[in-house]
Amino acid sequence: MKDLLKSNMAVMVIFTVVVLTAPIWLEPIGASYPDLLQKFAIFGVFAIGFNILFGLTGYLSFGHAAFLGVGSYTAVWSFKLLSMNVLPAIIFAVIVSGLFSLVIGFISLRRSGIYFSILTLAFAQMSYSLAYSVLTPITNGETGLQLTLNDPRVVDGMFGIPVTNSLPSTNFFGISMSGYSGFYFCAVFLIIAFYISLKIFRSPYGMKLLAIKSNQTRMKYTGFNTRPYLLSAFVISGMFAGLAGSLMAVTDPLAGAERMQWTASGEVVLMTILGGMGTLIGPLLGVGIIKYFENIFSALNEAALHEAFSFLPEFLGNIMVVIANPFVGEGWHLTLGALFMIVVIFLPGGVMEGIGRIAKLFRKDKAGSDVLTEDVVASSSEKTDGGKS
Amino acid sequence: MDEILLQILNGLDKGGAYALIALGLTLTFGTLGVVNFAHGALFMLGAFVAVSVQNILTISERVRDESITFFEAYKEVPYLEIWWGETGTMIIDYVVPISILVAIPVMLLIGVAMERGLIKHFYKRTHAEQILVTFGLAIVLQEIVKANFGANPIPTPAPDIVSGSAPVGAWLGLSENLVYPYWRMIYLAFAAVIIFGVFAFLRFTTFGMVVRAGMADRETVGLLGINVQRRFTIVFGLAAVVAGLAGVMYTPILPPDYHMGMDFLVLSFVVVVVGGMGSLEGAVLAGFLLGILQSFASMNEVKQILPGIDQVIIYLVAVVVLLVRPRGLLGREGVMED
Repeated sequence: MKDLLKSNMAVMVIFTVVVLTAPIWLEPIGASYPDLLQKFAIFGVFAIGFNILFGLTGYLSFGHAAFLGVGSYTAVWSFKLLSMNVLPAIIFAVIVSGLFSLVIGFISLRRSGIYFSILTLAFAQMSYSLAYSVLTPITNGETGLQLTLNDPRVVDGMFGIPVTNSLPSTNFFGISMSGYSGFYFCAVFLIIAFYISLKIFRSPYGMKLLAIKSNQTRMKYTGFNTRPYLLSAFVISGMFAGLAGSLMAVTDPLAGAERMQWTASGEVVLMTILGGMGTLIGPLLGVGIIKYFENIFSALNEAALHEAFSFLPEFLGNIMVVIANPFVGEGWHLTLGALFMIVVIFLPGGVMEGIGRIAKLFRKDKAGSDVLTEDVVASSSEKTDGGKS
Repeated sequence: MDEILLQILNGLDKGGAYALIALGLTLTFGTLGVVNFAHGALFMLGAFVAVSVQNILTISERVRDESITFFEAYKEVPYLEIWWGETGTMIIDYVVPISILVAIPVMLLIGVAMERGLIKHFYKRTHAEQILVTFGLAIVLQEIVKANFGANPIPTPAPDIVSGSAPVGAWLGLSENLVYPYWRMIYLAFAAVIIFGVFAFLRFTTFGMVVRAGMADRETVGLLGINVQRRFTIVFGLAAVVAGLAGVMYTPILPPDYHMGMDFLVLSFVVVVVGGMGSLEGAVLAGFLLGILQSFASMNEVKQILPGIDQVIIYLVAVVVLLVRPRGLLGREGVMED
């Protein structure tokens, strides 16, 4: 098993099978409908990209939602001006968000630690407020950018795709991007993103990024220029965010400024932390857990709670309902915040660290470490000298 | 000339709020070395102390409205008015000043509880983890407030006697059009008093001296047999009080809602960074400076030349300062500098 996981090929085969069969094995827990599956895949791409920056280099960006928003806007503009085909939209979105992150990264990476966080936060907030106010011709302000009937769609026009009276839907060479086909489309990108991240994690390049995280000063003293590595990691994760943003537009062709707000950046940080930063599949677990429970919890209400606790005696059931009620429905964010705190306090390595600890209990030789958790061990061992300088 | 003076005045009260929040943030950072993302939530909690006091004072009874005779009409009359008549009405009118008295012990308690309960365990963790856990705490506090008070802003008016505007222009012999609300003037004076109070406390008391010594070299002070930790806990409580009072006093200017803390937090962090991490004077200076800059940027003349500048000016300044002078305006050398 251990040797199997060391081979990239085997990991990719397992991952591909798991992702593509998700609609089947998620069926029993009621998470197999396309809308939610699409969200899993899209936020998976986002979190994988974020993890390349945060997990490997330790640079905590609080502005990644800006790249997501830029990707969404670019994709919708491509739908409006060029074609309803999703391919050009995605390509443009990745390019534009890559350029955008290049500029922001170039400036922000001059500082590290909390200053870097605040610089990225400042840029994201700038983008957000500009999208709401001055850039309204491009972003359509509060309403959000939407498709309209009289969009030019030049390329579609050239290929003689008939103009209908209803809004066209996004397609991939004729395959409509709604429902399960939308999910499979996103899933393909998730698999590609995972492959890239796997390659980076297991390459000398990834090792250098990890070295920057554990001790950048020492890297610099040995005559190693860390800047290009940091910048490239930043741009890669920015492009992943742009890709995720464009996929959002693919499954639902509209874009709003609220996608760029810093709380949205906070969400992806949370997903990464919850799953386990610096691990390969941790961020995906985080996405799965958060999006799944968001879906379940925000749909619950008091009546549903009464039903859920009906196995208890009535008296106890009522108490449980009173306790649980503030955390469901509208109060989902409360659960999220509390979860966030609990994870950071007790399990800084996230779910993956938890799995690693449990696995350790059952294993006899404590020297050997599981391939999937070895990154956690690496990241938790250098906690003593991070940040405080 | 009028216009410029008006913008400076407008900037000062906002700057006062920034300065107060940033002062607390810097105090926390300088003493405990903790980056507290929940500080904005403390500001918000302060504002909601005022709202709660208002709610308690106006607990009402439904009574028959005698002035309407066509049908049976009812109106809500606060018990205070029923019991004490005019005096009761006056007490309700002065809800914001009364809230200040309530807010001081409440915020001190919240601050100390927060430090002992949560922040204490994060001294040795990385800044990233401190940011994350306090961010989580901020979300929790914000959601609790939202669940109890609703999502809409709750108006909390200032006392009637100061609800008008001061003819500042007439006082200075300038245009009659130059007016400035009394409450904002009070806010400014209040902010100044608090800021001077904090500085005097740190400068002229033995307690403050120990705290400053601890900020400079915690280990040595500890070796001298002084319990630095306990003093720092109190400083955290003090920072919470300052943020809370800033919130209480800000309610008549901006009706509080649950996310006001987050809005101010991001700006206050920028203020702290511009002023210089760990520098109290820097935080205050940068707070007022950025407040004034922001109000100048929102002048129509400026907006015509640079559209949207009012939205981004503060962040823009922060970016420039961080790149040109990373330690901030008045930051000490070597604090968080790399």
